[in-house]
This record gives sequence, C-alpha cells and structure tokens, in this order.
Amino acid sequence: MFEFCANPENLSEFSWLSCYLTTPKHMNLFYSVGTVLLLLLLTAPTALLFGFGGAVMARSKILLIRLIGNGYISIVRGVPDIAFFLFFVIAIDQFLEWTRHKIFCPEWSEPIRQGNDFVVCTIAKLPLNSSPQWIHEIYGFLLAVFTFAIVFGAFAANVLYGAMRAVPKAQIETAVSFGMTDRQVFRRILVPQMWIFALPGLGNLWMILIKATPLLFLLGVEDIVYWARELGGTKTAKFTSYPHGDWRVWYFLGLLVFYLAFTRISEAIIDTLMKTLSHGTDTLGGNLQRQVGR
Amino acid sequence: MKKLIIGAVIWGLTAGLSLADSHSVIRMGTEGAYPPWNFVDDNGEIAGFERELGDELCKRAELKCEWVKNDWDSIIPNLVSGNYDTIIAGMSITDARKEKIDFTTNYVMSDPSYYLAASEDADWKTGVIAAQSNTIQAAFIAETGATLVEFATPEETISAVRNGEADAVLADSSYLKPIEAEDPGLMFVGDKPIIGGGVGMGIRKSDADLRNKFTAAIDSMKGDGTLNALIKKYEISEQMF
Repeated sequence: MFEFCANPENLSEFSWLSCYLTTPKHMNLFYSVGTVLLLLLLTAPTALLFGFGGAVMARSKILLIRLIGNGYISIVRGVPDIAFFLFFVIAIDQFLEWTRHKIFCPEWSEPIRQGNDFVVCTIAKLPLNSSPQWIHEIYGFLLAVFTFAIVFGAFAANVLYGAMRAVPKAQIETAVSFGMTDRQVFRRILVPQMWIFALPGLGNLWMILIKATPLLFLLGVEDIVYWARELGGTKTAKFTSYPHGDWRVWYFLGLLVFYLAFTRISEAIIDTLMKTLSHGTDTLGGNLQRQVGR
Repeated sequence: MKKLIIGAVIWGLTAGLSLADSHSVIRMGTEGAYPPWNFVDDNGEIAGFERELGDELCKRAELKCEWVKNDWDSIIPNLVSGNYDTIIAGMSITDARKEKIDFTTNYVMSDPSYYLAASEDADWKTGVIAAQSNTIQAAFIAETGATLVEFATPEETISAVRNGEADAVLADSSYLKPIEAEDPGLMFVGDKPIIGGGVGMGIRKSDADLRNKFTAAIDSMKGDGTLNALIKKYEISEQMF
C-alpha cells in the first residue's frame, strides 16, 4: 500500500505495522466487517417480515393456518441453531438444484444420487460452474441471509405474537364499538400499539443476532472470524514478508472489542427508541413520562 | 477445400459442445492453511506447491480452473455435494477415503511423518499427541499407544505443543520443517513413520472423465521432470518420481 513497504525487513516497528496491516490479505479482514454489517442489514428486516407473518398466522382463526404458524415457531425455536444451519443450507441448495435439474434436463437418465455424489446436469448447477467465484460467494451469502432470517424470524414471531396479545383489551373493544372491522382494528389499533410491547424482545433478538453472525463461518462464508484466525496464525518467514508468531489472541481480542462496541451502540439506540415509542402509551414507561410532565 | 472447411466447422462445433456439456470451468478445492502445500499469501491469494501444480495441470489438461477455499473437515462432503470438482489439498490416498471419493494417480509419494516436540525427552510413544482431525496422522496415532488430541486446523496442532497441551504433534515433515527451522524451542523427536499411499487429487466417483484427464496431466509432468522440480522447489518430499 505505502511505497516504503517494498522492503519489510528493514522497517521501524510502527511502519512495519502499518505495512503489515494494509497487505491485501488484511483488506479481506476489513471487507469481511462489511460482510457482517451487510448480513445484519439484510437479515434484520427479512427476519422481522418472517416474524410478522408467523405471528399473524399463529393468530389466525383458520385452524390450518394457525397450525402452520405455530409449527414454524415451535420447530425452529426448538432446534439448535447450528444443527439448523448445517442442515438447512445443504438441503435448500440441493432442493434448488434438484428442481432446476428437473426443469432444464428432463431427458437426463442417470440418477441424481450416485452413492455419495449429488450429481445434476451442468446447466442445473447453482450457481453455474462457469460463474466467477464472486457469484458463488454471493449465492452462499444469500443462503446465509435466508437461513438467518428463518431462524430469527421464528423468535421474532414469538415476540410479536406476545406483543399483539399485550395490547390492552380496552383499546380493541373501543375500536370495535366504533364500528371498525377486524381488518381495521388490526391495521389501525393492534399493529401500531404492539411495537412498544415488542421492542424489548426484538432488541434482545437483535443483540443475539449480532452475536450469532460468526455462524457465517460455519456456512463457508469467509467472515471476520475466518480472517482473524487465518491472519493471526503463526507465519514463517518462508511464506510471507511479515513473519510473526501466534497472534490469534490479539486478533480475537480485536473481534471482542468490535462486537462489544457494536452491541453497546445498539443498546443505546434501542433505549432511545424505547423512550420515543413509550410516549403517550398506557405502559409503565409511558406513565412515568406523563408523571414527570413530558 | 469445401469439405475441409465444413469438416473443420463441424469439428469446432462438436468440440465446443463436448466441452460445454462436461465442465466449462473446473473448481479446485483446497484448504489454504497448510504451507508449503497450499496457503494464503500476503496478497490474499492461494499460493504454494499445489497452486503452482494445479495451474500447470489445468494448462496441460486444457481446462479452465478456478480456486476455492474450504475447511479441511468438510472438504470431502462439499466435493461430493458438488460445491467444487476436485480436492487438491495434500490429501493422502487411503482406503477409507476411497470409499467416498476417487483419486487421481499420486503426485507426491508417501514421505515420512515427523514428531515435533518442545523438549528432547518428550514422550512421543505413550504421551499426548496432537494431529489434525481426519488426517492419516490422526488415524495412525489412534492405532498406537499414544493419546490422540485432534484439532481442526494444522495451526492449532502446533499451538498445542507450544503451550504444553500436547507432548508432540505428528504431521507431514514438509509442513513441520519450516516451523522447526524458525523456532529454537521446537525439535523433532522419535520415529519417522511412513503413513499413507502418497498424495493425489480427490475427484467425485461419478467424474471418471475428469479423473482420467488429471491423471494423464500428472503422468506427463512426471515424465518430463517438471513435477520433481516443483517438489524440490517447495521442499515437499524427499522422494522423487
């Protein structure tokens, strides 16, 4: 990156470090921070959507829909995240390829499962073998977002379901007595008022989601944990211009600080949001605000 | 003349077709954490003996290749499920692995494995020995009187010896030698067992075509001495073809 980095052997400590930390390999670590943030940015709204859908289904008057909603919530909540991640990503990948295989290569006569091998025709591959590596990486990333959203959606559904039930009965009854239909009550009263009850649970879920992002590593996405481990490992002079001992502890310390700072900032934002949403509601927080005259 | 042109066109079309319906791009799976075999260099690129070997093999087999990194533990499952088409990661040819995947002919002959320890009198026979999980060395120690501790990455096996968690680590000599050379606190002890049947590329059982292409390319590199030169350059093995 800097010109004086051409000869790393005869550098002072500080410039050595500045060269070391800006190698193209280290850039991968910094990019992977972006990967984690992007994952959170995409997963949070998707999971909320899944959660909302799940909660609405679990409240449905129709038995079948209610069963599906409750089934989704209880099954996903009951399975360990890691097991779900390992199973689901492979399963969905193979399901997609199998479907494409059936559509694109109907004349294919060989079985898809040959012993251990999972073989589909070339054009059914997802992504195609000929696609550049970054497409493969984006595909893996999107699978991860989807899996995260399903897992955290189930928890969000549980939170939202509880929040919908916590909206004061009097509010609903008043709305009905005003002649609102079920749909109007839902849209105008229930949903706007439930957020204050959902927020503590959703905030908690957000924190867990942040902490769960290293699971990406499990899915083969090269996230910050992968690069911290790879960069921190002992490097012998034979294979690098920047030899060093086992520095994993420093890299992991860096991760620790990163995650701590991130959750701390999130906490502050959630607190502010909580105050704003409490305003004028018949909740503990809302009544407190009223008493002190704000 | 006309016939010749038509013939050339037809040949061109069918050649293109046969290329398109087999593999247009071969994805080469490696671990990227096992110098000098394969590792990630300062530029973030996969480098090492197998990078250079693989690129040359692809050139000789007239294949377009792309490199993919994958954890050692899941490197076979991800091959059979089709995430990539070959494993080129210092993988020894063993009967247990042959039940799941096929191998090309070997491109490195089996070389002795070394015990690396933090003291001369380390108990390598019955002590605690570290090895990377799912390796021939791990399987070997399980058969001896020593206690096996397994780690997911080669790096962790060395750390285990450094911090005293294990008495010694058993691994390929090519991997241990540069580490021993730079750390005066580590030394080779005990036997130098020869394990495994050489190192080859792992290929799906359903992919005999690809296996034959790579075997032919490896044989051609054995024939003209370029493979030996590469083995010498990266100090991979003492045994030459």
